[in-house]
Amino acid sequence: MAWEIKNDRPVYIQLVEELEMRILNGTYTVGTKLLSVRDLAGEAQVNPNTMQKALSELEKKGLISSRRTSGNYITDDEKLIRDLRTELASNEVGEFCGKVKKLGITKKETIELINKEDF
Amino acid sequence: MSEILKCTGLTKKYGSLVALNNLDLSVNKGQIIGLLGPNGSGKTTLIKLIAGLLKQNSGELTVNGEKIGINTKKIVSYLPERTYIPDWMRVVDIIKMFENFYEDFNIEKVKTMLDNLGIKFNQRIKAMSKGTKEKLQLILVMSREAQLYLLDEPIAGVDPAARDYILRTIITNYNPEAAVIISTHLIQDIETVLDDVIMIQNGNLKIHKTVDEIREESGKSVDELFREVFRC
Repeated sequence: MAWEIKNDRPVYIQLVEELEMRILNGTYTVGTKLLSVRDLAGEAQVNPNTMQKALSELEKKGLISSRRTSGNYITDDEKLIRDLRTELASNEVGEFCGKVKKLGITKKETIELINKEDF
Repeated sequence: MSEILKCTGLTKKYGSLVALNNLDLSVNKGQIIGLLGPNGSGKTTLIKLIAGLLKQNSGELTVNGEKIGINTKKIVSYLPERTYIPDWMRVVDIIKMFENFYEDFNIEKVKTMLDNLGIKFNQRIKAMSKGTKEKLQLILVMSREAQLYLLDEPIAGVDPAARDYILRTIITNYNPEAAVIISTHLIQDIETVLDDVIMIQNGNLKIHKTVDEIREESGKSVDELFREVFRC
């Protein structure tokens, strides 16, 4: 899958976001082994130290665990993944609601619009 | 992290022209560094000093703690900006020469990379395009198990697909005990691959920061910052 690194923000933050997204949406399966740092860096065309920094960040959040000799594994804590997913989604919804509110649309009308969307 | 390269007060003059002016610089093992600057800023001079092709007028320069000499040349793998492989050779001849010349030459790496880029062992150098020659030369240089790689404009003459392959090669060959210094004008293509960026201008050190520091502080890519700093 393609990695898209944008120009205006630090590379490692974008890697954290992308990896997090892949774990939360199931691209990377719960409990499985992740590619090596070098291969991940090669795939994303980024510096291996930067990729390592991003992985350490995810380790802090508990989304991956590193086993000394065998590499990095995706967490098998499904509750953690669900909670984080809900948190991220609710942030997005919060932002979205702020925007539509500015347009002067009511909550009821907004929900009707959402119901029309294909999900 | 331990230091692989150190310059202190490094100065190089060509007659009255000061090419490098009192440069202080340190590079650690495990780093991939971009050496950036406008034309004539001193990039190639610095690389040639480290490779031992030029001698400084004053200041200290060490690789792995040693002054430039036989011992440092053993662990430095240098790609010049021009191709130097004799026209009469075939690929296999230059490979043999490298194998005889460098103790750290890894023939398996050469085979894999030549194969990946579709270059044949019996191909004549004379019949090669400029880009193919450049690819071959880079493959040879990257096939040494060196501790410091000096790549002077390694991707300028090759097509975008080969460029991606070369960058991936640099990444997947990454060795925490080795450092890579890449001089280039194609900043956008390589900036995500770099740890640090060193910008020099008129022989003076202008910026030495990590890519993410630059992006964080300026909200711009290194490429955009370069265009701003060196606006003509």
